[in-house]
Amino acid sequence: MPEDPNTPRRPDWPRAVHRLFREHEVREVAYVPDAGHAQLIALCRADRRMTAVPLTTEEEGVALLAGAWLGGARGALLMQSSGAGNCINMLGMTQECRFPLLALVTMRGDWGEFNPWQIPMGQATARALDAAGVVVQPVDDAQRVPETVAAAARLAFGAYRAVAVLIGQRVVGAKDWNK
Amino acid sequence: MKRSTPTLDRRKAVAEILRQRGDALVLTGLGSTCWDAAAAGDHPLTFYLWGAMGGAAMMGLGLALAQPARRVLVITGDGEMLMGLGALATIGVQQPANLAVIVIDNEHYGETGMQRTHTREGVDLAGMARAAGFRAAGTVYSSTQLKTWVPRFYRAKGPVFATVKVTTAYAPMVLPLRDGTAIKHRFREALLGPKAFE
Ligand SMILES: Cc1ncc(C[n+]2csc(CCOP(=O)(O)OP(=O)(O)O)c2C)c(N)n1
Ligand SMILES: [Mg+2]
Repeated sequence: MPEDPNTPRRPDWPRAVHRLFREHEVREVAYVPDAGHAQLIALCRADRRMTAVPLTTEEEGVALLAGAWLGGARGALLMQSSGAGNCINMLGMTQECRFPLLALVTMRGDWGEFNPWQIPMGQATARALDAAGVVVQPVDDAQRVPETVAAAARLAFGAYRAVAVLIGQRVVGAKDWNK
Repeated sequence: MKRSTPTLDRRKAVAEILRQRGDALVLTGLGSTCWDAAAAGDHPLTFYLWGAMGGAAMMGLGLALAQPARRVLVITGDGEMLMGLGALATIGVQQPANLAVIVIDNEHYGETGMQRTHTREGVDLAGMARAAGFRAAGTVYSSTQLKTWVPRFYRAKGPVFATVKVTTAYAPMVLPLRDGTAIKHRFREALLGPKAFE
């Protein structure tokens, strides 16, 4: 059967990442929505072992997960690349206290972008996070997302580091402005 | 906007709140509330913020969700709370029954030279918290009111919010531990025991 071009493609990586969250006992999942994270957000919201925490701004998530770790719970932060800019000062605490941080960042302004307003922050995301002491791990191949997230989770919870997996626009798909 | 002049002393107010802490977990904001908590008596289950302005209430939410059987108190400044107002909405959505957010409101940015904050101009933090869905929210002007609020901080079904109006009278700095990693380890070990280092 020919594929209907109007059917949105359902990628596999969100399911695999949700499974990894379970394996790593991620209990608090904080997010500001991005289209690229829609499926993973829905999976986490439906999982009774996780508390999904919608935020008003991404830096809230950095503070939330610091508090979670103080209380013995692991968490993850889901955001769009624009949100990285909202986190910078709060990440100072993450570095100073060596709080683990597992952040999954879906990229905009990265590959095939049509909205020029996304370019400045999208192009600065990796360097801004790096400057704030976050280990940055880009992934541009959907197949490689789960293994990259698994490695990042080990770095975060095993080695107590702040890690951001940048999920490239190649993976989440450039936004279709004709829809 | 109608306003009353604050009369409470910040050190006495914070000491009175913390005297009844029991096994509660306490987070301070940066600046004066950090020194207030240290002056009231250092405790391994107090996490002192020396930075991260705007993050105290959210950190309290993360801790409250992780430790639903323990009471969590956030004691922070008005300037610190104003920087993270979205947290009120985020906490309102989560409805943590074990969280109390207490703003020690001197209506100024004390640490940076006593510039007026928005609360000095009449911005009503308790009104914002109520509108965001806190179960109890109020403004405390007198020691009689504080006496009725303290048990609520520890026992009322949360989220609870209070803004405690205090004077700008000088209070000497009392510096607690400041190495962030050390504060974290001390807190986690006191709370989690050997599991803190797994
Ligand atoms: C992001 C950020 N902006 C500004 C400052 C400078 N600063 C440090 S403390 C403070 C004022 C805190 O005011 P408040 O929370 O009301 O505390 P208090 O009046 O009790 O000292 C400010 C503005 C900072 N540390 N971080
Ligand atoms: Mg103040």
